[in-house]
Amino acid sequence: MKTKSASDKIISAFAYIYMILFVIVAIIPFMTIISTSITDEQYIRANGFDIFPHEVTWAAYKYVLGRGSTILDAYQVTTFVTVVGTLFSMLITTMMAFALSRKEWKMAVPISFLVYFTMLFNGGLVPWYIITTKYLGLHDSLLALIIPYTINAFNLLVLRSFISGIDNSIFEAAKIDGANEFQLLFRIALPLALPGLATICLFYAISYWNDWWLGLMLINERELYPLQLLIRAITSNISYATSSGANSSIAAASIPEEGVKMATTVLTIGPIILLYPFLQHYFVKGLTIGSVKG
Amino acid sequence: MRRALHVRFTDLVKNKFLYLLVLPGLIYFLLFSYLPMAGIVIAFKEYRMDLGIFGSPFNGLNNFKFLTVDTLSVLRVVFNTLFLNVLFIGIGTALAVMTAVLINEIRLVWFKKISQSLVILPNFISWVIVAVFAYNFLNTDFGIVNNWLKNLGLEGVSWYNQAGYWPAILVLLYSWKSVGFNSIIYLAAITGIDQEQYESAALDGANKFRQIWHITIPGISKTIIILLLLAIGRIFYGDFGMIYGLVGDNSLLFSTTDVIDTYVFRALRTLNDVGMSSAIGLLQSVIGFLFVYTANAVVRKYDKDAALF
Repeated sequence: MKTKSASDKIISAFAYIYMILFVIVAIIPFMTIISTSITDEQYIRANGFDIFPHEVTWAAYKYVLGRGSTILDAYQVTTFVTVVGTLFSMLITTMMAFALSRKEWKMAVPISFLVYFTMLFNGGLVPWYIITTKYLGLHDSLLALIIPYTINAFNLLVLRSFISGIDNSIFEAAKIDGANEFQLLFRIALPLALPGLATICLFYAISYWNDWWLGLMLINERELYPLQLLIRAITSNISYATSSGANSSIAAASIPEEGVKMATTVLTIGPIILLYPFLQHYFVKGLTIGSVKG
Repeated sequence: MRRALHVRFTDLVKNKFLYLLVLPGLIYFLLFSYLPMAGIVIAFKEYRMDLGIFGSPFNGLNNFKFLTVDTLSVLRVVFNTLFLNVLFIGIGTALAVMTAVLINEIRLVWFKKISQSLVILPNFISWVIVAVFAYNFLNTDFGIVNNWLKNLGLEGVSWYNQAGYWPAILVLLYSWKSVGFNSIIYLAAITGIDQEQYESAALDGANKFRQIWHITIPGISKTIIILLLLAIGRIFYGDFGMIYGLVGDNSLLFSTTDVIDTYVFRALRTLNDVGMSSAIGLLQSVIGFLFVYTANAVVRKYDKDAALF
């Protein structure tokens, strides 16, 4: 083999250095909140936040997870919304994606256009808000955190093109064997589209877990706050004591305020961080199938 | 006509299972997309709670009067939306392309995989959490940035009431969150480039830098242009989650950060001004649609398969 020229080596070295720096920049904020969440409050007050932990203590976590804590309620809300929402979204999205992928069905084209069009034009926030809250009565309930997100048009179209990618002769052969559409869906489309389904499922799960917009728009009762909205309330509210009912008897001075904010944040992103190493493969793949025309 | 109806009906019977499958989805789009589209008429009405969207009386262009009264603040919000989006699109695209090109130069497979999945991670964190990260760095008393400044013997900055810094801060946070993820698309495009081009270029004595400049960048230019056009199509839409998540109700920062979407939100939820918020929302929807439509028409001319419709 030809030896590399000096300029090639420089580019190669630059690529490694760039990626190392990028990784550090990507990770440091995570390290900072984790470190702050286990650093003693007095130390923070004296020295500020740091990338590394100091005078390690679990006081903030004990406080956050203590009796009558709001975060446990929010955890339940978010877990319920994520699990039920993802299942519901997957069911409705997959059904529609399969039907729209059937090439012989003439109605698939106009219905697909109806879906496309919602990505181009929308009525804006105000009519959506009035219709959702007043006409459909979706507010201050768990359903209000799920139903408005039932279908993501982009996810639907990605899944449709994934199912369309299945070799049509397989469907034809099954049809000759007497399979009906129901069997085509469950026996052929679903098993063969499994990688696509897994990716879309993850996208839905992440969007339900990370959502605070629906909560902001439709939820007033604090017991129904999802985690992300609780974080917003805690971090934008200087005094946590006044906001967390049962713990309010504790003197405000003893509350590790900064630690509590960070511990709540760590607990919120915890599941994503823990599951990420196992699932990141699907995210990368999902984006690549998503970049193909929907 | 009767024949057409008859065809429709037989199709309904023949494909009843398919109709059944799309029914829940159709109802969803009807209720949450098409009904709000019809609800746009509220911009020309005086909204009354008891009468609802369709029963409230028309009031002509009354809701649009704020445009002449409050022209300056509307222009500011529109400017911020466009300006921030131009920064995001320009800098974000440049960084994502550069990242993809550099990742492609890495030969150690384990290093490539691990570093790639770590730089994508920020994409899966919500803006509310990013706001906590920002708070860690920018807090006036405890923030890491001010700690560094103090260690250098400099004065700390009250980041949360200095609007001038925020376009830069927003671009930084936007890039932190999205560059790694967006680079995947470009990396996929790079992988699609014919390897023989590189081999013959290497035989002709072209070094890596020239190969990147003359093969890689032109090879993904189509992808870059298409994604740029699609982003420009959405230039009148601010990222509500980002701006409201990071800035929230901090009015000290509005002069540089307030975008159309946050403005409409406040008009609706804080001021309860349905007329004004629906009027500006309508303008955004119409102008936004024209942009998306035009951008998409251009994309279609360029590459039929890449267009949205």
